[in-house]
Amino acid sequence: MASACTIEREPLIDGNKTPGEVTRDICGVLDGTPSPMWWGALAVSSSVLLLGVMAVSYQIATGIGTWGLNNTVGWAFDITNFVFWIGIGHAGTLISAVLFLVRQKWRTSVNRAAEAMTLFAVMCAGVFPLIHMGRPWFCYWMAPYPNMRGSLWINFRSPLVWDFFAISTYFLISLTFWYVGMIPDLATIRDRARSIWRKRIMGFFSLGWNGSYSTWLHYETVYLLLAGLATPLVVSVHTIVSWDFATAVLPGWHTTIFPPYFVIGAIFSGMAMVLTLMLIARKTMRLEAYITERHVGAMCKMVLFTGSCVGLAYGTEFLIAAYSNNPYEQFVFLNRALGPFAWAYWIMVSCNVIAPQFFWLKRIRRNFAAVFVLSLFVNVGMWFERFVIIVTSLHRDFLPASWASYAPTSIEIATLLGSFGLFFTCFLLFCRFIPVIAMGEVKGVLSYGRKSH
Amino acid sequence: MGANHTELGENRRFLLGVFEREEDILAVTRAARDGGFTIADVYAPYAVHGLDEAMGLRPSRLPWVAFALGVLGAGLKVWFEFWTTAQSWPINVGGKPWNSLPAFVPVTFEVMVLFAGIGTVLAFLSGRGLLPGRRARMPVEGVTDDRFALVLEETDATFDLGRAEALFARHGAVLVEERNEQEPT
Repeated sequence: MASACTIEREPLIDGNKTPGEVTRDICGVLDGTPSPMWWGALAVSSSVLLLGVMAVSYQIATGIGTWGLNNTVGWAFDITNFVFWIGIGHAGTLISAVLFLVRQKWRTSVNRAAEAMTLFAVMCAGVFPLIHMGRPWFCYWMAPYPNMRGSLWINFRSPLVWDFFAISTYFLISLTFWYVGMIPDLATIRDRARSIWRKRIMGFFSLGWNGSYSTWLHYETVYLLLAGLATPLVVSVHTIVSWDFATAVLPGWHTTIFPPYFVIGAIFSGMAMVLTLMLIARKTMRLEAYITERHVGAMCKMVLFTGSCVGLAYGTEFLIAAYSNNPYEQFVFLNRALGPFAWAYWIMVSCNVIAPQFFWLKRIRRNFAAVFVLSLFVNVGMWFERFVIIVTSLHRDFLPASWASYAPTSIEIATLLGSFGLFFTCFLLFCRFIPVIAMGEVKGVLSYGRKSH
Repeated sequence: MGANHTELGENRRFLLGVFEREEDILAVTRAARDGGFTIADVYAPYAVHGLDEAMGLRPSRLPWVAFALGVLGAGLKVWFEFWTTAQSWPINVGGKPWNSLPAFVPVTFEVMVLFAGIGTVLAFLSGRGLLPGRRARMPVEGVTDDRFALVLEETDATFDLGRAEALFARHGAVLVEERNEQEPT
């Protein structure tokens, strides 16, 4: 039966690589001196990071009155950035955990970088609620510890507390998943390192790994378990983020579609970010043989699918508002599409719903320049989606006398830029010190030394 | 998870064969097991599928560890949430009942995942003796790069060196070596 159904597939990795060549290709990047382009990119991203650090220091010292918020719009830029970054992170977990469970072998070329992206994105996301507290030096009050105030416990009925637990768990599990997946590769670097320092550092972190199969057996089990745990976790994280909104009784937020809508949107934006990053990495680090048309094509199809789901969700929101006969609900949605923030709404629709539709064409999926541009559009569109959801539901509230507008201040924009600086600085350092492609997994999908099936 | 063979007694002798292809290591491991040899371990640069069956390894029991830790984490968290909100200092929040079990579900779920995930990894690392800074005991160079190694233990009476070497050669071994004592380092 199996042989009758076998389909001749294109190989996942081009160039008939042997395991030895995989080691050389991927570790080779770490051996050489960084290119001027890498130094240039690092200079730009760390300068932007510095700008962000200055903006954050200023707003913590002065207070969050430095933001453009007012009585009516109490959440805007900061929470938009938080949801945006958390969403970016989700594609990393999707690639590393969900695609592992459904045995999509193409994930092996991108999972390491995607997981790194998750970690850095969650770090960026975490900065925003921290600043939003106003007095971030009291952030430990979020944790339920016995204290001198009673003990006054945190309110476990609040979605914001759920969010704190969800994000912290997500960060810790993603970090563990990433590190466990890296142990065999760190051992590979250790065993070929010439510099004594690299040998020592990698020796420390590779935990004495020696490739013993009785260890591999348990390792594979742990990896499967982590994938099985991370899959519902990733769904829960963005579900809980959406509850931050959905449990409020505001038109435009108080809807049951929010959890699936947020989760699929998160995967959509994260996939676009993976595409953006991998297309750059592929070119600059000469990984063309490892990230091929098949990988990019598969990711484009996921962007297309999730983008269409997001489009369906936009439509559903309007349908339900019309069908509900609730004037407040109807007003909010008409205000989104036609009100003062209509420009943001239509940027969102064109970037998220229209742009990905080009991926129906194989010609576009194989044109990496076009894929790169479209992935940038999706990144922009998904940032605007969060902005639209948050600001348009707030700025014209129930009492027309208190209607207001919102515009970000330069401090807020500098903070957003700073988060991109943090993200890209971390990612560039990651590319230099850690193998960007999971060698131990790619070696397992080569056709070398294996009987054809 | 069983004792690591590397820590067993002295004056044991091992025969090591190095192979370059996945199909060779699978075939030679199967043949060695069928031929009645004692397989000490196999070393591979990646998780070769089917090797566990070829070696006759039992599946890992770590899923049970994960399950137990998950139940423990969830149980502790439900108790803690109930105790803080309904017993230690009950506070009326929006008229909700003190014991708001449905509202406790999200945090309970997160803590369950956290306990099961981190706990299983720690159980795995400590069970296999993988500790930070530990020196790796490599059977031969290259098993973290592109080579596979099969290590047979030379048990006293039954071990036939000639037959074992012939078996290795038949499956395309690129290196066959005898190692004394403990671990073939």
